[in-house]
Parts: sequence; structure tokens; C-alpha cells
Amino acid sequence: MLTTLLIVLPIAGALVVAALPLPRAWTAGLALLVALAEVAVWAIAAARFDFDGAGLQFSANQEWVDSLGISYSVGFYSFSLWLVGASVIVSAAAIGYAVWVGRDRPRAYYALMLFLTGAVVATFAAQDLLLFYVAFEAMLIPLYVLIGVWGGSRRGAATLTFVVYTMAGSLLMLASVVAFGVTQGTFSLIESERSDQTWIFLGFAVAFAIKAPLFPLHGWLPLSYREAPVEVTAVLSGVVSKTAIYGFLRIGLERFPEPADDLAGLVLVLAAAGVVYGSVLAFRAPDLRGIVAYSSLAQMGLIVLGLFALNGGGIAGAVLQSVNHALISCAMFLLVGMVERRCGTGELAALGGMARGRPVLATVVLTAGMIALAVPGSTTFAGEFLIMTGVYGQGWGYTAVVALGIVLAAMYTLRLISAILHQRPGSAVREDALDLRPGELSLVLPLVAALLVLSAYPALVSDRAIDSREYTAFFQPEISP
Amino acid sequence: MIETPKVDWLALSPTLALLGASGVALLAAVLVPSWMRRWFTATVAFIGFVVAAIFAGVVFAETPVAESLLSESMVRDRLAALAQIILAVTGAVVVLVAATERRRHAGEYYALLTAACAGMVFFVGAENLMTLFLGLEWFSLCLYILVAIDTERETSLEAGLKYVIVGGFGSAILLFGSAFVYGATAELGFQQIAAAEAGDDAFLVAGLAMILAGLAFKVSAAPFHMWTPDVYQGAPSSVTAFMSAATKTAALVLTFRILVTAFPDEIEVWTIAVAVLACASLVWGNLAALAQRDVKRLLAYSSISHAGFMLIAIAAGTERGAEALLYYLVPYSAMSVGAFAVVAARERELGKPLTLESLAGFGWERPFYGVALWVFMLGFAGFPLTGGMFGKLFVFSAAYDAGDWWLVLVGVAATAVSLAYYLNVVRWLYMRTAVEASLVAVGGSPPRNPLLATAIGAAVIVTVGSFFVVQPILDMASDAAASLPF
Repeated sequence: MLTTLLIVLPIAGALVVAALPLPRAWTAGLALLVALAEVAVWAIAAARFDFDGAGLQFSANQEWVDSLGISYSVGFYSFSLWLVGASVIVSAAAIGYAVWVGRDRPRAYYALMLFLTGAVVATFAAQDLLLFYVAFEAMLIPLYVLIGVWGGSRRGAATLTFVVYTMAGSLLMLASVVAFGVTQGTFSLIESERSDQTWIFLGFAVAFAIKAPLFPLHGWLPLSYREAPVEVTAVLSGVVSKTAIYGFLRIGLERFPEPADDLAGLVLVLAAAGVVYGSVLAFRAPDLRGIVAYSSLAQMGLIVLGLFALNGGGIAGAVLQSVNHALISCAMFLLVGMVERRCGTGELAALGGMARGRPVLATVVLTAGMIALAVPGSTTFAGEFLIMTGVYGQGWGYTAVVALGIVLAAMYTLRLISAILHQRPGSAVREDALDLRPGELSLVLPLVAALLVLSAYPALVSDRAIDSREYTAFFQPEISP
Repeated sequence: MIETPKVDWLALSPTLALLGASGVALLAAVLVPSWMRRWFTATVAFIGFVVAAIFAGVVFAETPVAESLLSESMVRDRLAALAQIILAVTGAVVVLVAATERRRHAGEYYALLTAACAGMVFFVGAENLMTLFLGLEWFSLCLYILVAIDTERETSLEAGLKYVIVGGFGSAILLFGSAFVYGATAELGFQQIAAAEAGDDAFLVAGLAMILAGLAFKVSAAPFHMWTPDVYQGAPSSVTAFMSAATKTAALVLTFRILVTAFPDEIEVWTIAVAVLACASLVWGNLAALAQRDVKRLLAYSSISHAGFMLIAIAAGTERGAEALLYYLVPYSAMSVGAFAVVAARERELGKPLTLESLAGFGWERPFYGVALWVFMLGFAGFPLTGGMFGKLFVFSAAYDAGDWWLVLVGVAATAVSLAYYLNVVRWLYMRTAVEASLVAVGGSPPRNPLLATAIGAAVIVTVGSFFVVQPILDMASDAAASLPF
């Protein structure tokens, strides 16, 4: 019931927000209320989750198309619970940011954001391949409009590349879904047999590699991340990309253990290339969003390295790092948005010197930046360390790449921090540009606070993500209230 | 005492209800005073469609086993009944779309609309080459006139003329093919043709090919689609809405019936032929749609590509294919009628033919119509939350099940291409403003049109509802598919 509630609540909220002709402030408040209620429901679910009992919990099952073996089947594994938690928090922060900046056409805007939240949660909860496909595709509908209507000046090109890339992947996935489901006679991820069909696995893998994105399928990323409204980019990079991680883990690794093992080398090489390539591009990017966007490419590479370590440690690290990256990239993008609002640009050349007289901004950017660059003691360091040790079994070279990734992350993140805060005041930085307002602080602070809590105790997630060295044994269906 | 043939009136009741409504409407066109003629005839037509749908529903419920009627010239089975339900409901919704259209020949319009639907309802139950041709000509003649009914519009007349010529050609091919089949087997009934076991008689195969071509004209499958864009563009929007949904339904259902019933031994031949038609329609429909600026032409090419998807189901040649086809027809009919209804609404606002530019900002100005058109476009593209997705899924599953995995790949590629133009419509709806396209409404605020809004709302409900309520529709489809001899 809790799972269904988590899916239905934002979607119902979206319908209400869209249908009720309320004044702007009421609409915004209602949307934020729904987003916060979603966080509260998740907190209840997390409190009642039995982390000792492995397997699927809070599951619900309802026949949908019996004759093809399609059902509405949802539930949470412990790692999905963490991913959902990060998602609902990020969504609430993003909606809060939209309320703060006052987006135009509020009814449509907030309805789409809430719908997106519901679709993301449904993706993380889906235990039926077709339901997963439905939710995965449904995310695209609001994203297309959110970027296309509220985006920047090149939003047309951004939506086009975004849709072309994502749909190419999704349709390959559809072919794989059909092949898997028809061969097995059921689309259930629990009841179906594990498959050893490499081609079917590849269809899924390509779809997830595009969504994540994984080098070299990241062509849509720079334009979309730059042109989308900044809080949509936060959701896109923080949350939507994690659906690909969930897909790799729940479907790729678990349903296709043999093909995943066979092709692990290829995926690892691409992920490692993505870590280096993304980091270098982030270091060379001329604007704030470029840095954070390409750093996301590098981070997704890291997470995939952890997954395809194909052992419990690497996967636990990947899950922890997914949660970390969701929170940190949301915080960073929102901060970027706040700086852009003050200066009217994100060009590094026109920024600088904002630390002087703006202590709150300086403190928050520095704290978030330190966590982003995986300073030892931070939760990101813990995640990357787990990935590093996990992937060692696949070859020491990958460990070296992860280490290199941490070094490069320090370089580009410090470049970002220093470009905003230090050096001479840039041409776009006005003397009277304000420090962070309490409203803005209240959006970023919860994210940073969550990251600090995780930094103090990363095992909260990593020890409760996937509790078996033999990861395929983890996925036992187990019914509990 | 002369022996009178036993007539199964229930089986004929949908046809008779529509013919009755047609007759009343035709009389009303003369007898009812002009001020109430439009409303009176529209009401009669609506009642006719609803009654026909109810009768078809009763036939569906009462006919667990197929039986032949009228010396085996007609068949009473669930396949025909389900198609009749779809046809009659489509007609009823089209009446709502057309009710507020102003035209000189309102009475004749509704008389012809109901007569055309009566022809289709008759046609899907045909069990013999003569009734097949009779039904085909019956609804085609009505449609020829309907397309040209707005005599003051030149494009309407032009479209009517084109349709008559090309349609006549298609009918001639079909008739010629029927003659070949009769020559090869000396039989007219579908089952008798199959029983004659003419084997690989060249005339039989040639006749089969020509019958298939003749039906492909009505399905508007490439390469027999040439008339479609011009006719869809020129015809009154409500007529286009009816044709795109109902003609396809009738022709596709009958195509599947005749292929499976009359030519079971030639299954190797016709599955390949239909697969080729499907691929041609998918390729040509999608590529040509990319280049269209006129919304009705765009939807016409889109309907050609959907004919391709549904032909994939026929190419599977299995019971699963029949189920997939019948399911697909439900959301497809709703989306088609709905999309043309929105086009009709915007045409009335602007008072001119609709190009993509003239959709600019429409989504924000008229939120309900905008969301509806958005839903229809997503449905055509096969997005989730619309029945279009399950339609595609079932068609692909049927093809994969039948071993035609390459058709799945063609279908997937076609879907990818189709996104470009469907999403382009959404882009014009929401991401451009009316000022950019310098649009001017005809005058004042647009009139409220509750009937049109009801029609569009019904189409949205069916499109979205068929996503959530799949199993009942699929059960009906599989009951209907079971009446074909696979």
C-alpha cells in the first residue's frame, strides 16, 4: 500500500494542481505541500522497512493483462528505498526552487513536475518489466514539455536531441521487453526465469546507457542540462539518471547474469572512459552548468563501474554513490541557478569574487563543493572507496581510473568554487548582488544536511543496500506488510 | 405454399437500425422545417448509431458460436459484432463532432453518414464474394458523396472526384480478383473457396492478390494510398474523422476474415504479401508525414502508417494477431476521431485550413483541446498512459510470436521516425506562441461547443481508459478472434 501511495500521491497531486484554477501562490503552495507529503510518506516507509529481512517489501500485486502475464507489481528492495528517498527529497527541493523563482504557467509547470516525481518513483518500484517500461517512458512526457516550454533560448534543439536519444534507447528496450516477455510468457521480474540472451540484454543495456548517460551515448547531455530550467536539470541529473542505474541493477545484472558477466568488460571500459572523458570536459567547460553536467557524466561512469564490479561491495558502493550524487548534483545545480540569477550568466569568465560580503553563499558553496570532490571523510569518498575496492576484482586498472576520477573531481570542483567565490569580482558580479536569502538557504540546507549525516554514517546506506556477496541471490520475493 | 427463408433479424438489426435512421433523416431533409432540420436529423442519426451499437452488443453476447445466414452469404459471429460496435460508436461520436457544423445539406449528410455506417456494418459480416463487393460499394458510394458534400468548397469537390476515380479503380480490381477466384474454384462463399482446395492454381493466387490490392485501397495501405492525403485534406473534418476510423476498421477486419477463412492454404503467400504492404505503409507513411505542414495531411499519412502497424498483426496470421488487431482498433479509432475533432474545432476558430503554424499557442489558449490533442499524439506515437502503447505492444508480440522478428524491428524503427512529427505537433501546441505565427481568430472569443467537447472528451477517455482497462477489451478481442478458423 505504501508503495502504491508513493506512486499515486504525486500523480493525483498533479491532476489536482492542473485542474484547480487556484491563484499562483496557492498552486505553488499546494504543489510544494504534495512534494513534502511525499517525503513524509517515504520517511514512514523507511522507518517501517525491515532492513534485516532481505528481499522485496511493501509489495503490491494487481493483475493487469492476465493473458500476457502483465501485472501491476510493485515493491521495494532496500536499495530501491534509498533511491526513492533521494528522488523525493530532490523533487521537493526542485519544486521548492521553482516556487522561489516563480515559474510561469504554474498549474502546468507544477503538475508536470509532480507527474515526473510519480513516474520516477514508479520506475524504482516496478517489479514488472512492462510496468517498468511504462514508467520509464512516462518520465519522458513531462521532461519534454518542461525543457521545451520553460527552457533556455536553445530549448528546441535541446528537446530534439534529448527525445531522439532517449527514444532510440527506449524503443530498443521495447523490442527487448517484447522478446523477453513473449518468450517467457510473463513480464513479471519476480516470476520470470533468468535469461541468457545477449541480444535482449543489449537492448536494455543501450537504453540504460543512454539514460544514465554512459560514454559515448551522452550526446544529449550538455545541451539538455544547459537549456533546461535549472531545477529540472537538478531532477534530470540527480534522479532521472538513477533510473538507469536501477535498471542496470534490477534488470540488467539480476535477470541477465550471464550476458552481464560476458559483457562486463565492455561496459567497464566505456564507464572508465566516461570517468576520464567527463572529468576532462568538466575541467575545460566554460560555464557553471557545463562543469556540473560533465561531472555528472563522470560520476555516472563511476557508479556503473561499481555495478559491473559484479560483487556486493561494488554494488553497495554504487547505490551509496547514487544517493550521494542525487543529493549533491541537485544541491550544486540549485546553487548554480542561484548564482546565475544574481549574475545573469553562468560564464566563468564573467564570474568571481562572490565570497566577499556573502558569507552564507561562500560557506554553502564550499561545503557542497567539498562533498562533491569526495574529500576524505565525506560520504562521496566512502562511496567511491567502496567502488574502488569492489572493482579491483575486475582489474586493478579500473581501480586506478576511479582514483584518477577522484583527483580530477578535485580539480574541476575547485575550479568551480574558485571561479564563483574567489579571484577578482567578475564583470557580471554586481556589488549589490545579494547573499543567499533564507528561502534559498532552506532549499539547499536540507540537501547538504542529509549529505553531512551520510558523511558521518555512510554505512546507513551502504550496509543496507544489498546484503549479499552473491548479488543475484538477493532478489527473493518476500511478502511483508 | 412458398417456403420463406428464415431470416435472423437480430443479426441484421445493427444494419437495419442504421438504415432506418438513414431513411428517417432523408425524409426529414424534405419534411422537417429548415430551422430544426439540422438538430432533428443529427438526433435521429445519433439515436440510430447508439441503437445499432446496442444491438451489436446483444449480438456479441448472444453468439458464442459463429453461424451462417442467408444461404451462407453472411455470417453472424463475434468478430463482426465487435467490429460493428466499434463502427457504431465511432459514428455516434462523429455525429457529436458534426452536429454544430453548419452546412446546406444537413439532412442528407446524416442520411449518408448512417447509410455509410450501415454499409460497413453489413460489410464486416460478409461471408461471400458477392456480399463483400455489395457492402464495399454500399459504403464507398456514400463516402464519395460525403467527401464532396460541402459543394461550396472547391477542395471538397476535388477530393470527392479523386476518391471516386481511385476508389472505383480499387473496386474494379477487387471485382476482377473475385472473378479469378470464382473461375479457379467455382465458389463464391469464403468457406467453400477454402474447401475447394484449388491448391496452387495460378488464377486463385492472382485473384487473391487482386482482392488484397482492392482491400488495401480501402485500408489505405501503401502503395494503394495515393488518394488518402488529398481526400482526408479536402473532405469536411467530421467526414475525415469517420473515414479514418471506420473505413479502416471495416476494411482491416474483413481483410483478416477473408484471408483466414477463404485462403487458409495460401497462408505462406498472403502473410508475406501483407508483410510487404505493412512495411511499405510504415516506411512511406512515416517518411511522407515528416514533410507535411497541413495538419490533416499529416494525420492522413499518420493513418497510413497505422494501417502498416495493423497489417503487421494480419501478417502474423495467428489468433494472437487477430486479438492484437482488434485491440489496436479501439484506441486507434478513438485517437483518430478525437484528433480530427480537435482539428475541426481549430478550423472553426480560424476559419481556414489548418497548418502546423496555425496550432501555435493553441494548447495554452484552449487547455482542454490542447491536452486532448497532446494525448492523441502521444497515443499515436505509442507512449504509455494511452492505449496506443498496448496496441503496439500486442502487435509486436503477435509478430514476434509468429516468428516475424524483423517486422518488430521495422515497427520499432517506424515508431522512432513517427515521434518526429507527432512531437512536432506538440511543439507547435505548447512551445510556440500565437504571436510568433501571427494568427488571428475569425472574430471574438470562440463559441462554446459542448457537443464537440463531449466528443473529444469521450475520445480521450477511450484512449486513456484502454491503457488501464486492458483485459476486458482483450477478452472481447480474443472472443472475437476465436470465431475465425485459425
